[in-house]
This record gives sequence, C-alpha cells and structure tokens, in this order.
Amino acid sequence: MASTTLPHSRTRHEAVDRDTIWSDELRTIAMVWRRELIRFTRTRTRILSGIVQPLLFLFVLGYGMATLVGTTGGFDFKKFVFPGIVAMSVVSTAIFAAMSIVWDREFGFLREMLIAPVSRSALVLGKTAGGSTIATMQGSLMLLLAPLIGVHLTLLLVVQVVLLELLMALALTAFGVFVASHITKMESFQVVMQLLLLPMLFLSGAMFPLRGLPPWLAVLTRVNPLTYAIDPIRHIVFAAQNMPPAARVRFPTGVELFGRTLPLAGEIAIVGAFAVVFLALAIHAFGRPE
Amino acid sequence: MNGEPLAVEADGLVKRFGALEAVAGVSFSVAHGEVFAFLGPNGAGKSTTINMLCTLARPSAGVARVAGFDVVERPKAVRRHIGLVFQEQTLDEQLTANENLRFHAVLYRVRRNEVESRIEHVLELVGLADRGNDLVSTFSGGMARRLEIARALLHTPDVLFLDEPTIGLDPQTRALMWEDVMRMRDEEGVTVFLTTHYMDEAEYADRIAIIDYGRIVALDTPAQLKAGVGADRVELRTADDAKALCALTAAGYDVRPSENGMTITIADGEAAVAPLIGATGVPVWHVHVHRPTLDDVFLNFTGREIREQSGDGRSMMQRAWTRHR
Repeated sequence: MASTTLPHSRTRHEAVDRDTIWSDELRTIAMVWRRELIRFTRTRTRILSGIVQPLLFLFVLGYGMATLVGTTGGFDFKKFVFPGIVAMSVVSTAIFAAMSIVWDREFGFLREMLIAPVSRSALVLGKTAGGSTIATMQGSLMLLLAPLIGVHLTLLLVVQVVLLELLMALALTAFGVFVASHITKMESFQVVMQLLLLPMLFLSGAMFPLRGLPPWLAVLTRVNPLTYAIDPIRHIVFAAQNMPPAARVRFPTGVELFGRTLPLAGEIAIVGAFAVVFLALAIHAFGRPE
Repeated sequence: MNGEPLAVEADGLVKRFGALEAVAGVSFSVAHGEVFAFLGPNGAGKSTTINMLCTLARPSAGVARVAGFDVVERPKAVRRHIGLVFQEQTLDEQLTANENLRFHAVLYRVRRNEVESRIEHVLELVGLADRGNDLVSTFSGGMARRLEIARALLHTPDVLFLDEPTIGLDPQTRALMWEDVMRMRDEEGVTVFLTTHYMDEAEYADRIAIIDYGRIVALDTPAQLKAGVGADRVELRTADDAKALCALTAAGYDVRPSENGMTITIADGEAAVAPLIGATGVPVWHVHVHRPTLDDVFLNFTGREIREQSGDGRSMMQRAWTRHR
C-alpha cells in the first residue's frame, strides 16, 4: 500500500541552508509565547491560586492593618497597599511562569526545545514574553477590585499601570528564567521560591511605606529591584486619588537614594536595566549542557 | 548511492570522558533509505555515538557527516535534517498532540502552508489520526512514543535517529511501533538509525553494527552475521539413538552424539528435517532445529551474552522455532 505521491515532496539538500533567518526566529518566539499562554489557560488552578493569594493579602491584611493604622483624610491602609498587591500578583505570576522551565526539564520537554535548530535567544525571549504576558494579565485582573476598596481608576491610569506591570513582569520573568536555568531538581524549586519571592516582596515597599525605616532595612529595600518597580505604580495610582496633604505625608511615595528622591524615569530606568541584564544572563545560562 | 551523499558517515569517531574512552574509534556509513542498527549492551557506547551524530556531544576525535553536513562545523544544519526520538519522553503532556506537533513544526521551520497537512500525514502514519485534539496526558506509553516518532518525521528529516525506541513498551506495542517505522521508511524514504539491546529488534535492520566496549566488532546484514557464525544444528532424540547414529553417519551426515540424543550440523536445518527422520530408520521422539541467532552472533564476537532486561529475545525466538517444528 505504498502511496505513489507524497503530500509534500522532500527537498533534500536545499541549495540555501542558512543557520539564522530572522523571520524564523520571530516565528519561534511567537510559538514559545503561545505555548505559555495555552498552558496557562489550561491550568485553572494556577489562575485561581494567582487570584486568591493577592485577595487574601488585600482584604485580610488590608482590613486587619486598616484598624491599626487608621484613616487619614479618608485614605486608609487598604488603599495604600492596593498598588503593592497588584505588583505582588505580577511578581509571583512572573516568577512562577519562569520556573516552569524546571517542570519542562523534569518532563523532558526542555530537551525538545534545546535540540531544535533554533537559537537559545529565541527560546528565552519567547519564554520571557509568555511569562510577562501572563503576569501582566494576572496583575491587571487585580485592577478590577479597585472600586471595591474605593480606589478611583481612570483610563490613563489603567494604561500606565499596565505598561509598568509589563516592564516589571519582563524584568522578573527574565530574572526567574535565569534562576530556573540553574535549578536541575524539582525539590530545589520550593526552596528558591521561599528564599527569593517572599523576601523580595516583603522588602519592596509593597506592604509598608519606605520612609523612616531602620538603616539596615532601608539598605535591603534599596538593593531590591522590586522597590523601583512598585513605587511608580503606587505613584500613578495615588496621583489619580483625591488625597488630602495629611494622607500624602502618612502614605508617601518615592524612593530616596543617597539622600535624593529618585525621579519616576530613574526608577523605570533601573527596572529596565535590570530586565536587560537578566535577559542577557538568562540567554547565557539557558540550555547549557545538562 | 551513485553520487548521492551518504545519510551517515563516521570516520574514526572517538569520545573520551576523562580517562574513559566511551567510543574508541568507530567508522561506518549508512546509505539513504537504510535501516541501520547499533546493537550492544548498556554502556557499550551506543548512546554516546548517537549523541555525537546528533551534535549533542562533541567528538574527541574523528569526523562524522550526517545528511551531508559535518556534525562539528554545521550542527544546526545537521539538526534541521534529522529527527530524534530519545529513550525518555519529551512531549508536553499539557498540550494536545496537534499542539505538540505545531510547536515542533515551527522550531524546525516547516513552511506555514504545509504545517497542517504534514501533521495530518504523520499522525496517519502512526495511526493516531483521530487523536490529534486529545491531550497527550491521556495517551498510553505506546501512543506517546508513536506520537514522538510522528513528530520526529514532521519536518521530513533525512535521517531518523531512534535511541532505544521501544524501551519500556510491551511486546505488542513494540511490534506496532516497528510496523510504523518500516512503513515510514517505505513511504517517507527516511533513513533509520537506531540503537537497541533487544536482539529481536535488530532483526528488522538492513544492517547491524555490533558494538562492545566502544568498538564495532561486527557489521553486516543479519543473515550474513548469522551465516558467519555457522550452520544450523538439528537435535534428535529417538527410540534407539545408537542405531540412528550409525544410520545417519552411513548416510553421510555430520552427526555427533550429545547428552541425550545426537546433534547434526547442516546448512539448512529446517529443510533437512524430513530426510533426516527418514534416514534414521527408527521412531523419532524429538526434533529441535537450532538456527544461529543474533545471540550466537553476539556471543561469537564478544565472548559473552548480551544482557537482556525483559522480553528475552532468545527465548522468544526459540519459542518461534519450536512452533515451526
């Protein structure tokens, strides 16, 4: 039962066999990105857990602390912590997405990617783009809760926050891919999450204002890149709120570095640089011989 | 083969890991459309050789060309022209079969307008045409392996490398998989290079290279390898062995007494059974024709038997021959 004509004849030994073609690299990036999205939409528990955790922080921690901190001119701790919770949602989703490389390695799919005749850069860029997209979506979902706690949203605010989320997600996913490239065992994964994610979140100003901290804590928050990713989001959200001066003093924004308050552009530049550096490191680390 | 480059050429391939020489200089060539098997025990250097040919390991010495490309100088070109199936599974179980294949199609630059028809074609080749939209996590081990073979063929590779492709599969699934592989060779014209330590699997190959301690100790067709080991042996037990022995010796057979009967050495044992029984002149209780198996070949070249894991190849073949009696 040999078929006489094949659907597509073999083109053996094409005259041109170039190793790098840009459109092919782009197609690869898009495919790796798509796979991340398919996997994300297919694991409902992941989406759910990505929503529940920030909700817990927002409402439980938010209400709990609100009674302690009190209200200043109609502005309370819930409103203060809200941008931090949005960021937190982005960060944990981004890191988790990047860490799926450890799963890919465990289940062998990483090998399918690494032996393919594509560049490592395309694979890392696709993975990072996918993780960032998911993280941005997850973080933006949190914005829907704003009216519940009395935070006003404007279209401009939403656009700006989403863009900042995307930059933050890029930086964190690249960082996560870099870390995940060094993890070969499933068991190490939980340890890394505990040792990296929680300290980064707690030392970022997501939960408390960064003014008047003891020096050691101030230093730790300043070396944490997340600090510079969260402050601009808080700045933009607060700018759209009707905050009395007393509340602005009580819940300040801005990060002081060497006695000067960093401009917003400076903070964004730090996060951007962090993203570029870790993207380069991730490409370098990804797919070294196992 | 006139003018057409060989599918695989290896010349003096060596791979050292520190002081250990895992592959100690192997040379061979594989023609287009051939099914070529590397047969050897675990640790003989089969996987290391395949890894060098697939550009996953760099040779310590020697050269190799796959699909016409040098494995050291043009690794990406080599990878684009080969299909790979590893011992361990490399599918994304959270994706459907089609999604796994589409991912592969992009990574291996299958032309956009050909992707869907190629997917349909390779799924049909392995009998999974109706499972394209099912998640791989719902597949059995055998189905997953066949999907991997389909995937390896998606980009119409010149050479399909299968590293211990049937490990962990039940005999029925293994047989099915072999049907797939042979059909692919016929329909897609792909060259198949496989490693195995199952004797019965090596039988499917056009040519077998027996590898031991990093060296090729024999390389020929299965039939030639077996013929090289010696003729068939026919064991007989009769009502009166002494009388039968005399009669057969008189008839000119090469016969020797054995523990409980006699053994006749003869070129075609099966065809000789009827004349032999006739020549004994006494009632025959038991006949057993022993053809040289690849086990004998292996034993002959390496001085030991290949270690089988499960589904012992020798006993399977013996059962088959016993049935023919």
